Amino acid sequence: MPTLAAKFKPGDKVRVRVGSPPGHFRTPAYIQGKTGLVAAVHGAFRNPESLAYGGAGIPKQFLYLVRFEQTQVWEQYPAPLPDTLFIDIYEHWLEPA
Amino acid sequence: MHEHGHEHDAHAPITDREELTYYEKRVYAIQSLLIEKGIVTADEIRRAVEDMDSRTPALGAQVVARAWVDPAFKARLLADAKAAVAEFGIDTGSLSTLVAIENTGKLHNVVVCTLCSCYPRTILGVPPDWYKSLSYRSRVVVDPRGVLREFGLELEPDIEVRVYDSTADMRYLVIPARPSGTEGMSEEQLAKLVTRDSMIGVAKARTPNQP
Repeated sequence: MPTLAAKFKPGDKVRVRVGSPPGHFRTPAYIQGKTGLVAAVHGAFRNPESLAYGGAGIPKQFLYLVRFEQTQVWEQYPAPLPDTLFIDIYEHWLEPA
Repeated sequence: MHEHGHEHDAHAPITDREELTYYEKRVYAIQSLLIEKGIVTADEIRRAVEDMDSRTPALGAQVVARAWVDPAFKARLLADAKAAVAEFGIDTGSLSTLVAIENTGKLHNVVVCTLCSCYPRTILGVPPDWYKSLSYRSRVVVDPRGVLREFGLELEPDIEVRVYDSTADMRYLVIPARPSGTEGMSEEQLAKLVTRDSMIGVAKARTPNQP
């Protein structure tokens, strides 16, 4: 069985897809549509969207730690603050930006 | 009225809530079925609860204290926290992945699970109620400094406040910054300064002079 390669690497600019699939998913609405940078590749994990319903979670999805500037996530976030938000996002929710 | 053979102050009567919530009833129903079908035993459930109750923030505190005194251990902890924590004999079997994140003079980390209540239970025990509250989960991502202020922590504007939202398999443990004035203290003494709240990120570690 061929092992899949991670689509993204640290430093890549990525955008979080917008969507609300039926059932369980782990990408919070507040981060959907936002653009950030891949901070780390955690590895491949079983897909929670399938696991939640007794599925095997296959195919595994690569999971990324993605870094966002708070001022990019929230319109009202006070501008000079260097604050960030780091979220773990599955590959099928990310697209190149 | 109750009869007591021992002396103590008057207290409010101990009352149980009379009605279970919908989800409590559902949990008990599923639990009964699982036992009835022989999938688990009542004792297995009790032992799992007992195991979780036995875990406390003291486990995490000893890990942090060692990271403070032993740079090689800290490096191992930052590289692979699950393996490093296992060096203490802590059973990490049920833990998927643990990541240690370090606070420095320029960076302050705080952890949340906006979607539910993901928390490094294996090393900190059960999370506090406020961590699971809608208020914390929704507000700390959008206004972390405001929430930290409510916990009594004010951070300078040049410090990066970094919120980790544990949305997936990773569990995050904050390594608070070692307080000044702790030179020469033993690991055991240092561990007493490491609080649960400092390992979540809503507080700094205690200083030696704090009561």
